[in-house]
Amino acid sequence: MQDITENILELIRRTSTDLPADVENYILASIENEEPGSAARGALETILKNVALARKNATPICQDTGTPIFYVHYPEGMSTRKLSEQIRAAMVEATKRSYMRPNAVDVMTEKNSGNNLGGESFPYIHFEEVEGDELTIELMLKGGGCENVGAQYSLPDTRLGAGRDLAGVRKVVLDAVQKAQGKGCAPGILGVSFGGDRGAGYLASKEVLFNKMDEGSSDPKLAALEQQLTDEANQMGIGPMGFGGKTTVLNTKITGLHRLPASYFVSVSYMCWAYRRRKMTIKGNEVAYD
Amino acid sequence: MHEINIPISDDTIRGLKVGDPVALNGIMLTGRDTVHKWMIDTFIRKTREPQGDDLKVYEAIKPLLKNSVIYHCGPVVSGLDTRQYKFVAAGPTTSIREEPYQAEVMKHFNIKGVIGKGGMGPKTLQGCQDTPAIYFHAIGGAASYIAQSVTRVLDVFKLDFGVPEAMWVIEVKDFPVVVTMDANGQSLHAVIQEQSNKVLQELLVK
Repeated sequence: MQDITENILELIRRTSTDLPADVENYILASIENEEPGSAARGALETILKNVALARKNATPICQDTGTPIFYVHYPEGMSTRKLSEQIRAAMVEATKRSYMRPNAVDVMTEKNSGNNLGGESFPYIHFEEVEGDELTIELMLKGGGCENVGAQYSLPDTRLGAGRDLAGVRKVVLDAVQKAQGKGCAPGILGVSFGGDRGAGYLASKEVLFNKMDEGSSDPKLAALEQQLTDEANQMGIGPMGFGGKTTVLNTKITGLHRLPASYFVSVSYMCWAYRRRKMTIKGNEVAYD
Repeated sequence: MHEINIPISDDTIRGLKVGDPVALNGIMLTGRDTVHKWMIDTFIRKTREPQGDDLKVYEAIKPLLKNSVIYHCGPVVSGLDTRQYKFVAAGPTTSIREEPYQAEVMKHFNIKGVIGKGGMGPKTLQGCQDTPAIYFHAIGGAASYIAQSVTRVLDVFKLDFGVPEAMWVIEVKDFPVVVTMDANGQSLHAVIQEQSNKVLQELLVK
């Protein structure tokens, strides 16, 4: 098996410093909705200047380079042990090169490991074997500010009048957006899952964030709810950074999971505007980055 | 745009209003979760005995913080090996986590401004009136852009807290912020919270 540490390092560099075009286009389009001279518009303009600067200088878009979440789809016979070693070696080098901030803190001793490695769970790596001979590695960097405003609801929720149906899902998601205010670095992108157990629910709410901005749910009912939630979230007037304004949420993504008869969870992962996720594909000697 | 030089006078602070854009110049310190808890436990509420270089650091930061600004920021810093430190990416972190501590820290050190993102609560707003002080909002995530305003890294304390949690002494020029909580009891965050809750209640009964 070839050593792909250098390629993974390049994937990390791109993810941390080069905001994907689909995200940037949504931010760009939202500027026109904000009043000229308003704090909201000023925030969006600064965000776009920052995106251009980070790309040009290969410096992190955001200083919180987040939890590194790797999804690896590998062909039969490839060693996940070696892939894991190479991902970890690339994380160490990326930290040395300032693409990543040292972000792994031992929760017992409070010591920062200094190299973005920490136990079995940091970085988070998910492996899945696939058919064919192509290796794909996806990386998402999710900052702590937006992770902190994520929320999970157990339906029915009497306080919000939310029952066990899509209408109930709508209500709790709107509540989560209102509670988040600007603290998750609005304008945000909502990853929502309903069903599952608590663990699977949160995981699915993050996995759905690997999709492209325009890649809505294939279920027409969910696609309609995604659009409705984005529109209604934007009626709340929270705005970029919570300064007030029309742009609070750029996009909503919803996925459903089978659930136990007794449980009906809605899990919301809030993604900040610095929506960093990229993909690398390796086939033979050819390496492609999205 | 108000151009304000650090150290900042009480008159300047009282003259600022919610919504004012400000460019800050001068020397400030970064400090976030670990620093605030350390200050409170060791020197303000004194529930923990000073250890190691605690007292030395305390004496060193006191004059630096007086009439200055504390920045809620965990930067990406280059030059860690050579100690030729440079801020590579340095946007604000979410301030609300310091709500239990901020007002006491401001009063104790006579800090005139807090920079962060997301705003803070009633305890800090009261602290802004009493000290007096301002909550300045920087643009969250605009880390490469803001790092350009950091012209020099002058020193660092408590690097053993880790790079993001250490106290970095920095010189800034034209550091861009907006006043969102002032010394007259006004808070943009309280207003937006209330307005958005009104809309939410309407949406919930639809």
